[in-house]
Amino acid sequence: MFTYTFQWRQAWQKIPLLLDGALVTLEIALLSMAMGVAFAVILAVARNSKSRWIYAPATVWVEVARNTPALFQIYMAHFGLGSFGIHLSPYIALLAGITFNNAGYLAETFRGALRAIPGTQLRAARSLGMPQTQAFRLVIMPQMFRIAFLPTTNQMVWAILMTSLGVTVGMNTDLAGVTQDINVRSFRTFEIFALAAVIYYLIAKAVTLGARLLARRMFRY
Amino acid sequence: MIEIKDVYKSFGTLEVLKGINLTVEKGEVVSVIGGSGSGKSTLLTCINGLEPINSGSILVDGVEVHAKTTDLNKLRRKIGIVFQQFNAFPHLTVLENVTLAPRKVLGMSKPEAEAIAEKQLAHVGLGDKLAVYPGRLSGGQQQRMAIARALAMSPEYVLFDEVTSALDPQLVGEVLDTLKLLADDGMTMICVTHEMTFARDVSDRVAFFHKGIMAEIAPSKEFFNAPQHPETQKFLSNIRS
Ligand SMILES: Nc1ncnc2c1ncn2[C@@H]1O[C@H](COP(=O)(O)OP(=O)(O)O)[C@@H](O)[C@H]1O
Ligand SMILES: [Mg+2]
Repeated sequence: MFTYTFQWRQAWQKIPLLLDGALVTLEIALLSMAMGVAFAVILAVARNSKSRWIYAPATVWVEVARNTPALFQIYMAHFGLGSFGIHLSPYIALLAGITFNNAGYLAETFRGALRAIPGTQLRAARSLGMPQTQAFRLVIMPQMFRIAFLPTTNQMVWAILMTSLGVTVGMNTDLAGVTQDINVRSFRTFEIFALAAVIYYLIAKAVTLGARLLARRMFRY
Repeated sequence: MIEIKDVYKSFGTLEVLKGINLTVEKGEVVSVIGGSGSGKSTLLTCINGLEPINSGSILVDGVEVHAKTTDLNKLRRKIGIVFQQFNAFPHLTVLENVTLAPRKVLGMSKPEAEAIAEKQLAHVGLGDKLAVYPGRLSGGQQQRMAIARALAMSPEYVLFDEVTSALDPQLVGEVLDTLKLLADDGMTMICVTHEMTFARDVSDRVAFFHKGIMAEIAPSKEFFNAPQHPETQKFLSNIRS
């Protein structure tokens, strides 16, 4: 029997709370992406190293990040490290877990982008008298950045959605956490989750669209 | 002056240059011809130090290219090289392609570099393409841009590696005309080429490479009228037939 009666008004009143949560979600996603990009560059370089003490850990990181559930990665940051006496707050554990995941995926994105640039570009730059680092900075990196840009924004969307896994480690200030809190107190499950879903959708769409506009302005070739 | 003395070079176990000797004087134009895989490109990349050598020596104005103490970045400023694949930097406009190295390597100001670049680009017939990205250019235009890019560094030597081989036949002429102008200006050039007419009419001497050995080198008229080495004769008759 279908006995559930919608009560949108009650859910509607929670929108300010949900939007506060959305800000926290966005904050975690942005921070995890900034750190993820930084680690990914290091990982991408490390995986080209000749020393196994450098490339092996980097490879393990990338493999685990890409081939295990993100949920486990966040669990590990919270409960796993907790078993060793390292206690991360839900916020930090969530941030660490997503950063770990982002870095793994982005490292592969950057490596692929680097491979897509013909080696002759570097030779041409070096032939003009540029030192290696300058050739990389002026000729290789800008091209790599362009190739990696859209995959990187996809990862940003993915990071936003992954933050919702934080509820499983007790995160209660982000959009998913706030939603769950309201849910257990009001039992307006459908309405509140539907609203939250719409907010996730809008954020994700805004990021994708914004990235596309940005790309059009930045990459005119 | 470029002095190549008994240069040997291998990639792994593959011996690509087997004792090359060649001296190119200031103002001279030397064309290098020969079958594919005979080591012509490798020689050029050894001259500007992109590739190491196994033994022998290469001196540019008396500076040994492969000596540990040689500042290759500095040496390369006076040795321009243009490749078969134009290697335009796709993220930069035509003007930016040409000003990049003068600004970042030579430390020129932007207006200074742009003045030089505009002059070089006008010289190769690209004066109206300054703000265009290379992706919008034809192969011949991209190659002429690459030539302007090399020349904007005011090199004393320019090495050309089959710069017309990747071009559609109707675009070859415009690039060869550019090279001819440069030769007439007195530039010192080594041109690896398959264009026999160009080699005969523009170069002072022509060298023939065969399997890592410079089988023959002679003044261009002599080279084409009376080739001495049997492999040269075979190569030339194959081309003519
Ligand atoms: N980077 C490289 N690594 C290994 N082998 C190479 C490399 N570059 C060229 N070779 C080999 O060296 C030989 C000479 O090549 P190359 O100098 O390009 O000849 P050419 O320009 O006369 O056609 C060829 O057999 C080629 O396959
Ligand atoms: Mg070649």
